[in-house]
Amino acid sequence: MFSWSYFLQQTMNGVILGCIYALLALGMTVVYGILRLINFAHGALITVGAFFVYFIFFRAGINLAASLLLVLGFGGLMGLLLDVIAYRKLRGGPEVALLITSLGFYTFVENFMKMVVSPQPYSFKTPAYLAVMYKTSLLTFRSIDVFIIVSSLLIMFIFNLFVKKTRMGIAMRATAENLEVAHLMGIEVNRVIALAFALGSAIAAFTGFLWGAKYGQIAYDMGFLTGVKAFVAVVVGGVGSIPGAMVGGFVLGLAEILSIAFLPTRFAEYRDGIVFGILILVLLLRPSGLMGVKEEVRV
Amino acid sequence: MKQGIRAEWYFLLGGLLLFGGAFLATQFLNRYLLYILVLMGIYSIATVSLNLTNGYAGLFSLGHAAFMAIGAYTSTLLTFPLALREAYELPMLPAFLGGPNFVWPFFPAICMGGVLASVAALLIGAPVLRLRGHYLSVASLGFVVIVTTLAKTMKGLTRGPMGISAIPSYTNIYWTYLWLLITVYVIWRIVNSRFGRAMMALREDETAAQVLGVYPMKYKLMSFVVGAFFAGVAGGLYAHFTKAIRPFEFSFFLTFQIVVMLILGGMGTTAGPIVGAVSLLTLRYALKPLEEHLKIYGLIEIIYAVLLIVVMLFKPEGLVGQKRGVKKITVGGKSSA
Repeated sequence: MFSWSYFLQQTMNGVILGCIYALLALGMTVVYGILRLINFAHGALITVGAFFVYFIFFRAGINLAASLLLVLGFGGLMGLLLDVIAYRKLRGGPEVALLITSLGFYTFVENFMKMVVSPQPYSFKTPAYLAVMYKTSLLTFRSIDVFIIVSSLLIMFIFNLFVKKTRMGIAMRATAENLEVAHLMGIEVNRVIALAFALGSAIAAFTGFLWGAKYGQIAYDMGFLTGVKAFVAVVVGGVGSIPGAMVGGFVLGLAEILSIAFLPTRFAEYRDGIVFGILILVLLLRPSGLMGVKEEVRV
Repeated sequence: MKQGIRAEWYFLLGGLLLFGGAFLATQFLNRYLLYILVLMGIYSIATVSLNLTNGYAGLFSLGHAAFMAIGAYTSTLLTFPLALREAYELPMLPAFLGGPNFVWPFFPAICMGGVLASVAALLIGAPVLRLRGHYLSVASLGFVVIVTTLAKTMKGLTRGPMGISAIPSYTNIYWTYLWLLITVYVIWRIVNSRFGRAMMALREDETAAQVLGVYPMKYKLMSFVVGAFFAGVAGGLYAHFTKAIRPFEFSFFLTFQIVVMLILGGMGTTAGPIVGAVSLLTLRYALKPLEEHLKIYGLIEIIYAVLLIVVMLFKPEGLVGQKRGVKKITVGGKSSA
């Protein structure tokens, strides 16, 4: 029953899904760290990004590298727009206002996509040179799998470097630590927040492409559950912690795939239930997440 | 105390007027309009109960659809006719629920649906409410996913994605508005009691309330559980009204609709949720011909979403809400832009 090749194969699938969750969790954790906002609209960016690539790459025939750059730019712009149109106005009000608005945005985008494209899922063909099969005795994989893992790790690496080393990144961490004090220190808080939204959204839009290329199908409602699961990854890893978000993403991806792979087949339908079961378990046993520090409550 | 008694008379009077109105409605309105009226009542129950958790207690739960699903499936299974139970391969009731030859009457079945929803709320709330911030939103959303997943997979109980149809149609305008009256009364009583004041104190400032001797967990959990009970009731009424339930009906979008109704009407007000539910359903059924004519499905949801954002931006207290004196911290807000 148990074979190493099957285990490795499924582990790889888990890592790939983990990459996707981790990339999304990056953007969410940065925004949550600064604004205490669970950005539901983040999930919408996956959908929008996937369809953006679908239209400019498959329909308009722009080459892949350019499409990917464009989708990054497009996602960034969308994130910036969301911040400027709505979130900025709501800062300083009750925290829940932001949450509600982000829910509104998500629903708007999803239904807008449903109207503009169609309720039917679209098939998303992996470009030929990303669909080359490689077979070894232990593992069978396509070049897209390698592409996902490499590009995700690269993005995470660059993002970490940015946050650790650059002035803007340090400002971002300072703002997450304490918004008011950061403001007093002369950090332009609004610019930092806008940048956090733009970066997170750019990454999310790119992730939309990865999702489509890996699973071969995109739909107007693909972003919701994925986005919420990414937030689960954030919580599992430890809220506000960037390494935590990545670890949480991988833990969640692996748990989801391996639980389907090794539980009897009739449990496969419980896939989404398992993810949220993990969430509730983590909240119970380790409320500050795997890598998080205990949040102190300031009076 | 004197004032309390007087207010009770108002409820009685309001109830009588409501039933008079309902009687007139059954006499003069056509079936389509009656249908919409009942739906308004059911949504009002759901929104009023959400108001207890989200408005008064200040917890932002997104789990209402799950509680409604629990209530709907429970009351459906309890009241399902015996002959059809066999045909549909639905289980017979176990002994402690009355045994295989027993069919529950409508009222206790609805109550049972509410009770089970409350039990679920207790189980999910006990771990999650201990935590700060918006974990509850995500965890309760996760709970919706878990419940719909279970409804899809427990085929022996729920018939899976097919759903259950031919549910006896017990819900009428009287039942609905009776339950609405009960819901509004109970929640009004809770809010205007020591209990409710403690709850609102927690909403305003948890630390300050704790200093004054309010134990947060008890009040949060209570509001969550009571909210869930009436959500379960609304779900039961809904099932016996539409006569068919399927798991996907109780998805996130049901929650979203109720949340929009609450926010539009005004969180933390008595009339707000009802105003919200009635006006949004009016909008929905006024726009329905347009949507069907233009064949752009999703139009109504887009309008809901836009309304929600506009309300949040320009009148966050909702249609009937009063502006509250909230301390404004403008760092990172408009003033520093």
